[in-house]
Amino acid sequence: MLRDRCRVVSTEGIGPYTLLIVERRGLDAGVPGQFFMLEAPGRLLPRPMSVCLAPRGQLAFLVDPIGPGTRTLCMQQPGDEIAVLGPLGTGFDLDVDRPLLVGGGIGVAPLPYLSELLGRPPALLGFRTAWHAEAAALVPNAEVVLEPTYVTEALPDDPGDVLACGPEPMLHALRALAPDAQLAWEAPMACGYGACYGCAVEIEGRLRRLCVEGPVLREAA
Amino acid sequence: VSVPILNASGCLDALTAPDVARSLDAFVTKTITPLPRDGNPPVRIAETEAGMLNSIGLQGPGVERFLTEQLPDLDALGVPIWVSVGGFSAADFRLVCGRLDECDEVAAIELNLSCPNVEEAPETAAELVAAARVATTKPLYAKLSPATWDVAESARAVAAAGADGLSLVNTIRGLALDPQTLQPRLGRAVGGYSGPALKPIALACVYACARAVDLPIVGMGGVRSGLDALELVAAGATAVALGTVLFGDPHAPGRVRAELAAEASARRYDDAEEARGIAQDRESYSVAKTQKDLQNAQNVHA
Repeated sequence: MLRDRCRVVSTEGIGPYTLLIVERRGLDAGVPGQFFMLEAPGRLLPRPMSVCLAPRGQLAFLVDPIGPGTRTLCMQQPGDEIAVLGPLGTGFDLDVDRPLLVGGGIGVAPLPYLSELLGRPPALLGFRTAWHAEAAALVPNAEVVLEPTYVTEALPDDPGDVLACGPEPMLHALRALAPDAQLAWEAPMACGYGACYGCAVEIEGRLRRLCVEGPVLREAA
Repeated sequence: VSVPILNASGCLDALTAPDVARSLDAFVTKTITPLPRDGNPPVRIAETEAGMLNSIGLQGPGVERFLTEQLPDLDALGVPIWVSVGGFSAADFRLVCGRLDECDEVAAIELNLSCPNVEEAPETAAELVAAARVATTKPLYAKLSPATWDVAESARAVAAAGADGLSLVNTIRGLALDPQTLQPRLGRAVGGYSGPALKPIALACVYACARAVDLPIVGMGGVRSGLDALELVAAGATAVALGTVLFGDPHAPGRVRAELAAEASARRYDDAEEARGIAQDRESYSVAKTQKDLQNAQNVHA
């Protein structure tokens, strides 16, 4: 388990989100769907962020400024240093025949890196507004729907191998339509490496740690 | 080891992070109960202004699965294993301690007498210690809550009941509300409060208990740095445990150990252990410091 202090390369606004790029240092980029714990300067706990892009020597994270920790991450300046721990958890299984990437809102975050490794497969993205949908530019071959249309309504009858990340209701609805879908779930996490048991979610009737078993699961969480 | 560095129970899984466990002088398990427990429903953690709340609720495999599925792997780490024991009655504590007493792999037992996230046993802390004492000859550390008027009185009671040491302190109950909805952020509303805000409370408890009983004390609560650890030693702790800091920094044990040595050295202690209890008595501090100054002066001239 590696942790390094990584220099911030840039922060770039994309709709309401911020693409935070840091130097990769000695860290491995991991598999799409895996995540890193990012120090949020001034806060007690780091924040879990999935890898959005992994250019040579760098790691990029798409951050939605929804609270004090994510807001401070979005306000980092080039040259600032933050501690980065990872890669952590279980990512997407890339051994798929007919991938379809499905994302909702900030759930788009892990899809650019996933798209790259899967050879730019088709993607279906849902957003609240056109402003949020600016993040769709990060994902090649993406069809975009805006509320009140949901991705589940735009899903083809035979969706193939669904790999998805998004809000919980979207993942549950997707699972009903595509039972074998690989789904990236989310839970509040203090540590990201199995120590705190804070991210326990109910999987197949048992409370299990999402940071260890997931965040990508074929089961409901 | 001068001042051993441990983890606080429930703040590290040695099997998912073996390197972190190996960086400790002893590994303390998550609390083991007689039967398996799923723990509390999510949401289980919430960061606050000066700390964090947890509501895990003693999730665990139960003592039998712990013994067969986890203890052999823990033993293989090569770090002394302390097992934290919890329960809902004196009989629970007696049962689990009795099972652990048969295991050579277990170096010590910490009795979790103060989990803020589950129903309490009807017996007093001293009665629970007495029940455990009957079941085992292993060193028994009583982990006490800071949420009491007179923690020194609790310390005297558990000492009289047969405790070999104290672990001070557990988390203290707290509540955080969502600023928009004004609803509790945790699934069970109230949780255990830890982090930097706990440090003065832990210092006060260690300070009071070190005066009250002549037992080793594992001090914990809000330790982030070597100086924090040295303060607990000065208040009377013989060992220091790291809790919340591990969540953000798994490399904290090595860092805190190095900082502790440097902080002690900067105050002219050959070893951090020499600072034990120095906060207890200002007069003896002045004498000790003078002697140390003389000694150092002689060394310089020698």
